[in-house]
Amino acid sequence: MAASQTVIRSFSHSARLLLSVAGLLIFFGSWEVSVRTNLLPAGMVPAPSSLWQAWLDEVRGGFWLQAITDSLSHYTLGLLIGSVLGASIGLLCGMVAVVDGLLEGIVRLLRPVPGLAWVPFAILWFGLHTAGATFVIAISVFWINFYAAYAAVKNIDPEFYELAAAFGHGGFWGRLFKVVLPASAPGLVAGLRTGLGQGWMSVVAAELFGVPGIGARMMQASSLLATDVVVVYMLTMALLYALTDFLFGFVRKYVLRWQP
Amino acid sequence: MSSAEHVARLENVGLSYDGGQNYILRHVSLSLSKGEFVALLGPSGVGKSTLLRVFMGLSAPSEGQVFSPQPTSQLQAEGQKRRAQSLVFQDARLMPWRSVARNVAFGLEGLKLTKEEKQARVLAALQLVGLEEAADRWPRRLSGGQRQRVGVARALTVDPDLLLMDEPFGALDPITRNGLQDELLKIWQQTHKTVLFVTHDIEEALKLATRVVVLAGKPAGIVGMLDIPPTEKDPESSAFKSYAARLRAMIAGEPDPGGAPYWYSNEI
Repeated sequence: MAASQTVIRSFSHSARLLLSVAGLLIFFGSWEVSVRTNLLPAGMVPAPSSLWQAWLDEVRGGFWLQAITDSLSHYTLGLLIGSVLGASIGLLCGMVAVVDGLLEGIVRLLRPVPGLAWVPFAILWFGLHTAGATFVIAISVFWINFYAAYAAVKNIDPEFYELAAAFGHGGFWGRLFKVVLPASAPGLVAGLRTGLGQGWMSVVAAELFGVPGIGARMMQASSLLATDVVVVYMLTMALLYALTDFLFGFVRKYVLRWQP
Repeated sequence: MSSAEHVARLENVGLSYDGGQNYILRHVSLSLSKGEFVALLGPSGVGKSTLLRVFMGLSAPSEGQVFSPQPTSQLQAEGQKRRAQSLVFQDARLMPWRSVARNVAFGLEGLKLTKEEKQARVLAALQLVGLEEAADRWPRRLSGGQRQRVGVARALTVDPDLLLMDEPFGALDPITRNGLQDELLKIWQQTHKTVLFVTHDIEEALKLATRVVVLAGKPAGIVGMLDIPPTEKDPESSAFKSYAARLRAMIAGEPDPGGAPYWYSNEI
């Protein structure tokens, strides 16, 4: 085991990048070959070479950009609402024992309910509007941030509270701003980052019931058996996720610049 | 022992965490006079740090009273931009997310200082401990000795009447410890701060302090104290060795080998 570890470590950054590109080429290459040799039925799986044309058609029809802007709007809003609420309630539960106790039962009750299960209520409360989709995304992001923040606060070394008290910051706000927020930043940032990915995953679920966006467009395409269009939007989503994660990397690097 | 100008005073203080069944501290009376360097000496785990936290106001005593002639609230009401006490921890306890300068500034926040005043005081404190060039560094880049210097600077910037030090050099290697002890003495001579210094090291207590107070027993009480004249700081001298022998006897609860009766705190 030690030997295999050293092998993995010995690859440089550029070598690893090269390997992952090679892996992707092999993946798409064998996929293409399988479809062309009829190993995979063409009706069930689109050939990668057909995706380009499908994508161009979507772009020319104006659907592609429209779907992205639609999804992006409720993704961003849902992410924002879910993250802010989840992180702040999680922080509060971690800090204040009374709040923690009060909410413990409710948390246990609601936590196992998947975001998708809220769709009927989303329709009922918000109708077939962006607000409904935003709601579903916010819920799935909420829990990730709630638990990340809660665990981060619970992990703070209590000696920092004593330090804060010794230097005049022993009150609630002093503890919150001088200790809890900075000390739990690594956990909060990790939660936000996980939520960033989870948010994209729930975009499809949130648009299942007809709110326009990438997920809705995928549903339309699959009902017409236009598998190439479905795959185009799958890849679009992967790209959007990679982009948001990449951009968030800068935020993370800045906020946690004190870490090794 | 009662000085006209004291900085803090404990009167018959007792501390119990279980409502009076077991006491950690009992019948402790101690007055700290302005400008003196008091070493609080005692075996590990006896309650020295707890007593320090009573002085600091971090632990409220179950019995007795803590007098502080000028608490921080009063200083602030008078518009004085400083704190009554400050504390140096054994583990330095720097916040890893703050640069050295911002760690030092921690106690200044909330004192209504302008940005320039704050910067000037942080710089002055860092100069006092010889770390001004490290102001922008992260704590993880510092050695153990440097971290503790930052801890001392943080405690000094708030310009306290009473500087409480909780075995600040206990975790350092002997060479670093020696150097920091010398520096602390220099700083004390420059600033004339009143210092209460917790240690379990007799040599350290004798080297630094003008007065050594011995805390021992269960529940812990002050079992004796010695004034150390500034002329008798040479560790090779016979006077120094006899002080050390007497302190050892006090801690062990044996009769004073020097023959003279030493002072007991059971005046209550």
